[in-house]
Amino acid sequence: MNTSVAPAASMADYGVWAAIGIAARRDLQLAFRSRAELSVQLLFYVLVVSLFPLASSPDRVLLATMAPGVLWVAALLAALLSLPRLFASDFTDGSLEQFAMSPYPLPALVSGKMLAHWLTTGLPMVVLAPLLALQYGLDAQLIGVVTLSLLLGTPILSLVGGIGAALTLGARGGGGLLALLVLPLFVPVLIFGAGAADALRAGLSVSANFSLLGAGLLLALVGAPFAAAAAVKIALD
Amino acid sequence: MLEVQNLAARRGYSTLFAGVSFRLAQGRVLTLTGPNGSGKTTLLRILAGLTAPWEGVVCWRDEVLAPFAPRLRQDALLAAHVPALKDELTAGENLTFQCALAGQSASAAEVRHALDAVALDAARALPAGVLSQGQRRRIGLARLMLVKRPLWLLDEPATALDAAGLALLGQMIGDHVDNGGIVVATTHQSLALPVDCTTALALA
Repeated sequence: MNTSVAPAASMADYGVWAAIGIAARRDLQLAFRSRAELSVQLLFYVLVVSLFPLASSPDRVLLATMAPGVLWVAALLAALLSLPRLFASDFTDGSLEQFAMSPYPLPALVSGKMLAHWLTTGLPMVVLAPLLALQYGLDAQLIGVVTLSLLLGTPILSLVGGIGAALTLGARGGGGLLALLVLPLFVPVLIFGAGAADALRAGLSVSANFSLLGAGLLLALVGAPFAAAAAVKIALD
Repeated sequence: MLEVQNLAARRGYSTLFAGVSFRLAQGRVLTLTGPNGSGKTTLLRILAGLTAPWEGVVCWRDEVLAPFAPRLRQDALLAAHVPALKDELTAGENLTFQCALAGQSASAAEVRHALDAVALDAARALPAGVLSQGQRRRIGLARLMLVKRPLWLLDEPATALDAAGLALLGQMIGDHVDNGGIVVATTHQSLALPVDCTTALALA
């Protein structure tokens, strides 16, 4: 047995990108092992979007008008459905303590988890969006705008939702509390995201909506990992 | 190396312990004993930097530590009362991840060797969720072998281990202090520890 006491490496060896990779790879592996859990959330998204045309009038104009909103609301609710699980199991089985005790920076590890969350929940919704939009008879240009707005917007849902998930760790009824906490922050994303298609339909430029979504994404990328890491530390204390 | 001065912890309005001071040089073992709820785990979590003490300071390598200090995160290894295992992953996958998280890359051969050493070679390909409590504990022992850290913080390390496991744990602690490491362990059962370098601290 060689339990030798190695000298500690310098802090520079524990890079941000390595940390993101370690955390993201492990969460992707876990997601792959529990595919069933993941597919429930995706099924919810597909069902909500697909049921709307059946339940409302088959008027083509009406369907095309509400399509971006329906896609966005379904994506937002599906994200809310999956967010409570982002940190919960790691919190109960003690993994989160090991994350906090890792020499890697905690915000980087947390953003790795958020990245894996987006790759397993956000990205599939973006990929499915063009297919689902066909049910609403959208033309190619509108489909492109809706998909692009989801591509810019869903990472914000994972990042900002991650703050809420970390803040509600250990709280009873965390799911409901999480929704209350993050919905006000999700609403602007929803408005600008769904509004992009409206702008196009009204003959306006969509660049304003995309710029705002992009700005929101950048802000969330920079701020959310630090906020979520701080919340994780509070939860562990 | 590890020095604690006048440490106190509170849970709500009640004081768990107060005025705890000790100093551990290299190659020493400290066992924490005391009834349930006397703050053994809390003391261990304070040493691990996960909880701020109510009062008092923790010094590691002559440096006063704040919670989550980077210095401590490179030097300390916490084995909490639940082994942080993912049920969906196999023992080997869990270990590989835990080593990576601790900043140490462990090759597949090293992981296999460590699992052999804790007599888990037959259960290597099974998901951790189907292993017994004792086997899950043994994965924790394998982690102690793979992740090389000078300061071991062990919370009830003897729980659920059989006689062979206890002997292995005692031997590992002995080897660790022989190599100049420091061990702080909470324990109910009497572990076979190297007597000459063990100090006991009883929390009231």
